[in-house]
Amino acid sequence: MTNITLPTKNTWCPGCGNFGIQGALAGAVSEMDKRKVVLVSGIGCHGKMADYLNINSFYSLHGRAIAAGAGVKLGNEELDVICSVGDGDAYSEGIAHLLHGARRNSNITVIVHDNHVFSLTVKQRTATSPKGFAGSTTPKGSVEDPINPLELMLNAGASFVARSYSGNPKHLTRLIKEGVSHQGFSFIEVLQPCIAWYNTYESYNERVYEMENEFLSMEEALKKAKEWDYNNDQAQIPLGIFYKEERETLEKQIGGSSFVDVGSILEKTK
Amino acid sequence: MQIIVAGAAGQGSKKAGLLIGKLFNHYGYKIFIHEDYESVIKGGHNFSQISVSKEEGSAISERVDYLLALNKEAIEKHIPKLKKGGVLLYDDQIEGLEESIFPKGVDKESAPLKSFVEKAEGIDLMKNTALVAAFAKMAGLEWEEVKKVLERELPVKTEKNLEVAGLAFEGMEKRGEVEKLSEEPSYLLSGNQAVALGALQAGLENYYAYPMTPSTGVLRFLSGIDGVRTFQPESEIAVINSALGSAYAGKRTMIGTSGGGFALMTEGISFSAQAEIPLLITLSQRMGPATGVPTYTAQADLSFALSSGHGDMVRLIAAPGDTKEAYLLSGKCMNMAWKYQLPAILLLDKELAENTYSTKRDFHIEKEEAVIGEESEDYLRYEGEDISPVCFPGGEATVKVSGYEHDKKGIATENAEEIKEMHEKRLRKYEKLKNEVESLSEAVKVHKEGETTVVFWGSSKGAVLEATKEMDVGVLQILFMQPLPEERIKEALKGKEKIICVETNATGQLANLLSCAGVKVSEKVLKYDGRPFTVEELKRRLEVSK
Repeated sequence: MTNITLPTKNTWCPGCGNFGIQGALAGAVSEMDKRKVVLVSGIGCHGKMADYLNINSFYSLHGRAIAAGAGVKLGNEELDVICSVGDGDAYSEGIAHLLHGARRNSNITVIVHDNHVFSLTVKQRTATSPKGFAGSTTPKGSVEDPINPLELMLNAGASFVARSYSGNPKHLTRLIKEGVSHQGFSFIEVLQPCIAWYNTYESYNERVYEMENEFLSMEEALKKAKEWDYNNDQAQIPLGIFYKEERETLEKQIGGSSFVDVGSILEKTK
Repeated sequence: MQIIVAGAAGQGSKKAGLLIGKLFNHYGYKIFIHEDYESVIKGGHNFSQISVSKEEGSAISERVDYLLALNKEAIEKHIPKLKKGGVLLYDDQIEGLEESIFPKGVDKESAPLKSFVEKAEGIDLMKNTALVAAFAKMAGLEWEEVKKVLERELPVKTEKNLEVAGLAFEGMEKRGEVEKLSEEPSYLLSGNQAVALGALQAGLENYYAYPMTPSTGVLRFLSGIDGVRTFQPESEIAVINSALGSAYAGKRTMIGTSGGGFALMTEGISFSAQAEIPLLITLSQRMGPATGVPTYTAQADLSFALSSGHGDMVRLIAAPGDTKEAYLLSGKCMNMAWKYQLPAILLLDKELAENTYSTKRDFHIEKEEAVIGEESEDYLRYEGEDISPVCFPGGEATVKVSGYEHDKKGIATENAEEIKEMHEKRLRKYEKLKNEVESLSEAVKVHKEGETTVVFWGSSKGAVLEATKEMDVGVLQILFMQPLPEERIKEALKGKEKIICVETNATGQLANLLSCAGVKVSEKVLKYDGRPFTVEELKRRLEVSK
């Protein structure tokens, strides 16, 4: 792991959930051909991952990491593209890229660092904040219901849908490895407590459980995804690989680039 | 010779116009086809105006020699444009024409298009084939030559189309003569095709776009070519961010759009400049603001392009005036984007993007390699005084790019010294680029010398050159807008009495740009009704201004 972590000063809050994700990611990458891995990150606390890991990285714009990552893969299919994005990136600003990436089965892995809050901009509600969330811009409590990302991704056509927890890096490491080796759009939702603005450690530690049976049917996966609606603070939270299917990837189906004889194209225009 | 072919959308007047263009091209003439269509699928009114000449040119006239009409509206709209002695050829099924609309001296000839089609048991759409053949006979083309061209150009239902054409040709009277020239046929290209081909010759591998008139033709054209990876994602925002990803991975990537889509891309343009990822962007302008007039032209996005993207950022902007320049500049800009690692914007407009031009390829364009870095474990992406040698991910070098201000490795920084140094590195790179642009023969073109000088940019080229042919004025074309070749422009305009800017926009955006460079424009000849200048109109207006 030493050669994968850069000596850059780490500015995450002590105890931040991102440390768990960093450890898991570094662990997973250390078992891959590091030269072929590209980390594409969004903007937010999670994005700093690009500055902390000594691997190829594309520190993208807010919300655009999935679009950029899809482009990296279209540019060179030999690369293993891992997008690290926040809930702000994936579920608000860039939700279109998430949905369409899943639908068209871009062969990339998306890890969502979901802490249910915009942290770097100092505590505002996101699309996965529970109703009633008192943020700096919703002092009387958010009036909006959260989305359920797993349900959304199952319906959008993601060919690999999983959930893990930053407090269980071993579990997350396995999921990242599985996600990267899956040929298609791999979606990994990671529950990540924000120690500063939305500390969910205790609650998660009590409620998360690893599913005994993974790789469910679509029907069962949807049912399982609905066990927790991101609002209820009592429900149990299943972790693991909910769903996986083999489906032809985008890159395999659209034509590749090769030599083009411009002269012969020109002749046809006469 | 100027010919208008007109009808409702869906009647195939555009195809008929192109066929007529191809016929005269086959005879060795130079062709220019101006397309005018409304934003509808069926109905509405479309026309193509074909100009046929022994010399190259890309302008349309107010007055035409032939009007070929597929419906009543086509006649009513265009009959005033017919010259004395001009010929109206129309479908004999058109009813209810008022005699009073016809100017004196107009020659009317109806053709039983429907019966030609019915006799051959063809479909109604083939009336346009019948119209082309009827016209060809009247104009004086030979059947053998017409047949050769139609056979090649009508790959679907060829036999049936030829039968219809044969009957129409047979059924009409010959009136004129057309000399077959010894010239070889030219390449007939739209600006969209020219841009695609120029980029291909400079190493284009991937092209991404979201459909938007008038730029969609590039995606349509390239998606039909094996060997080009084309991708149509969910939005222009996805287009530019995916393209940045592919370019980072080492693929020469181009994207295309029009004003509204370009607006969505601007954050990505800023990223391209900051992360130093090369990108070629074709911006085909149409009439704005907002949705504006989607299928009509304007040169009104120059100011926007010049300042597109937030922050103090560097970019390259060029504006070709015809397909030959579009071909050349597309290739050049692709090479320069990769050499200087920045966004390059190619400004077209609806006229250049979609009109068809006889195009000479008498220049050489090939892929010029970027400055490539050495693969090693301690590779630093942003090292160096100005241009940093680039490596791509997948090898020994760890390649880190970032939209944050960054250090040499590509790690985000808030250090005052480093921030200043990175800014200056990019600006030094831009200085180098500016020097290269100043030295490019294509950057500025003096078409003619004169005390009063007409300055223009983009697709007004054809009309300006034609209108000023016999006028005692100088003509200057500016092809690079950023960096602006100021020295060259000042030299060309030194001591000129009067400078007149010709532009198809409402505020004189080139004139504004020139005034920033210290060049005072005395008069502006502007047009902002969505239509290009005709030769006659521009002549009249220049006579008043000069």
